[in-house]
Amino acid sequence: MNPPGPPSINVPPSRPSNPRSIPARISIPVVAPGYTTATLTDKISSAVLQKTPRWWYPAFGVAFAFLNLFFIAVGWLFIKGIGIWGINIPVAWGWDIVNFVWWVGIGHAGTLISAILLLFRQQWRTSINRFAEAMTIFAVACAAQYPILHLGRPWLFFWLMPYPSSMGTWPQFRSPLIWDVFAVSTYAITSLLFWYVGLLPDLATLRDRSKSKVAKLVYGFGAMGWRGSAAHWHNYETAYLLLAGLATPLVLSVHTVVSFDFAVGVVPGWHTTIFPPYFVAGAVFSGFAMVMSLSIPLRKLFHLEDFITMRHLHNMAKVMLVTGLIVAYGYFIEIFMAFYSGNEHDIAMIENRFFGPYWFYYAMLWACNIVIPQLLWFRKIRDNIALLFVISIIVNVGMWLERFVIIVTSLHRDFLPSSWGMYHGTFWDISTYLGTLGLFFSLLFLFIRFLPAISISEMRTILPEAKLEDK
Amino acid sequence: MRSAPPRPPLYGVMGEFSTPQDLVTAIENVRAEGYTRLDAYTPFPIEEAWEALGHHKSPVPLIVLMGGIVGGLSGFFLQYWVSVIEYPLNVGGRPLNSWPSFIPVTFECTILGAVLAAVAGVFILNGLPEPYHPVFNVERFAFASRNRYFLCIEAVDPKFDRDQAHQLLLDLNAVEATDVDP
Repeated sequence: MNPPGPPSINVPPSRPSNPRSIPARISIPVVAPGYTTATLTDKISSAVLQKTPRWWYPAFGVAFAFLNLFFIAVGWLFIKGIGIWGINIPVAWGWDIVNFVWWVGIGHAGTLISAILLLFRQQWRTSINRFAEAMTIFAVACAAQYPILHLGRPWLFFWLMPYPSSMGTWPQFRSPLIWDVFAVSTYAITSLLFWYVGLLPDLATLRDRSKSKVAKLVYGFGAMGWRGSAAHWHNYETAYLLLAGLATPLVLSVHTVVSFDFAVGVVPGWHTTIFPPYFVAGAVFSGFAMVMSLSIPLRKLFHLEDFITMRHLHNMAKVMLVTGLIVAYGYFIEIFMAFYSGNEHDIAMIENRFFGPYWFYYAMLWACNIVIPQLLWFRKIRDNIALLFVISIIVNVGMWLERFVIIVTSLHRDFLPSSWGMYHGTFWDISTYLGTLGLFFSLLFLFIRFLPAISISEMRTILPEAKLEDK
Repeated sequence: MRSAPPRPPLYGVMGEFSTPQDLVTAIENVRAEGYTRLDAYTPFPIEEAWEALGHHKSPVPLIVLMGGIVGGLSGFFLQYWVSVIEYPLNVGGRPLNSWPSFIPVTFECTILGAVLAAVAGVFILNGLPEPYHPVFNVERFAFASRNRYFLCIEAVDPKFDRDQAHQLLLDLNAVEATDVDP
């Protein structure tokens, strides 16, 4: 859970008094000074064990209302079929696949924070990783709805799985869409298990600290008898590190495979080798934006400013800046390659993006993903929480537009002008999208109400108290 | 009918320490006294604690490696068997065993196998789920998940003697030493 290996308890606690670990300019610690394992445990667990705060009911209520909109939209879809959506021929992939890619991308920041930053021994990840992992699971749950609903007969989704069916047919393993099934389901399972394993010691803490019988029973059931024995921790730490090591290539592979859904096709605007790295960077970009959009209100509502400090917001802003630049590079290379290749279909595709009927989406995409994030270069802006929140929302919108541009503008005008068409989302497209937002936020509000949003056991390891005297 | 049931034997004696350093020093000294059946309970992982207890290598990495190999091989041969033997389909004249297109699924299955092995490994090796364990009979043990560090000298230890164990733990700076009912 903490950076494993010998420094697990010898890592210098990030205090301003330790100039070696933090550059002088960034002297904001990852945990406010003065905490002990006792006060830290009490503070984080009290967010779960206290009475439900008053704001929680309306917040969950709104999310739950949108979740019901999702049920209505899906119910109507089951009755009428996917004709209620705006998709047509040539644009057979619309909002559904846009949202699928958007949600999967958002999930990626969670794995990046929990796994990749763990391997890089970035201590600041500790206070946001639990919550970012939860975000991953919920985002993948939302993402998974779309390809299944898009099947037309969603109740037959299990046909995608290789099993000896009475029809005698098998999945086509040369298709990126089948790769996607394996990638996304492996990702969902891995994220869930990684999250649960990370939760075990905290569930034990809640079991030991809760006063009510029901809570003791439920948390005790979840903790499965965890008792923090040294032998337990030993295996646990090894397994957790290995899970991080496995999740790292996995997260890169998932969005790579998602990009193959496009890149393996021959449609101009899809058929390009830049897609895998550019999709992965875009995923991290949007994911960090989402972590930012969620953690800014969360730290305020639960008074967690001591644990999610300005240091975290600064670092997230910087990750957004870097990945945003990689995404910008992807946009430039797409344009460059179209002209460099001299392929008339590719050139027409780029011209269509700039001057075609969807030019506004493309212009907004540049504004949201490239121009506005450049503000994050300035320290003044990184210090302004309200602005960070606004920028993170803008990036989320921009990344949604990116997927819309990639999918719709590429499909609506391909090789033959006789088969060109236009696409617009319908009321039901919008309802389904708002519905998955409802699903996401309902799960998120349940999570922050009933489980510790910050990993207690990992936070203990970065306190000065956890440091042993040098031998 | 017997008048008083015999007192059940102890599970062990538990000492409570207030700092990780005290705990690690205590483990080292208790082991130096010749005790072998010990376990420490801490609110967060303390590598020095399990090193002092003599746990050096965890078998988890080997289990994960096996899981990954099994997952990867089954992933590949599933695709091979489906595409070549059970349901051969000619796609654009490509060979039936078009292995480069099988790599993404093979990769995902490798990760899946390794992940399932890691999680199963940590649960099985730690004996979880475990609905009952004697250490929870110690009232203050709830603090093992907050800010206290515990060392239990188990009764199965050949050198175990209740009074000696109590004295030893208290001598080693334990805040309290308690009997652990089985």
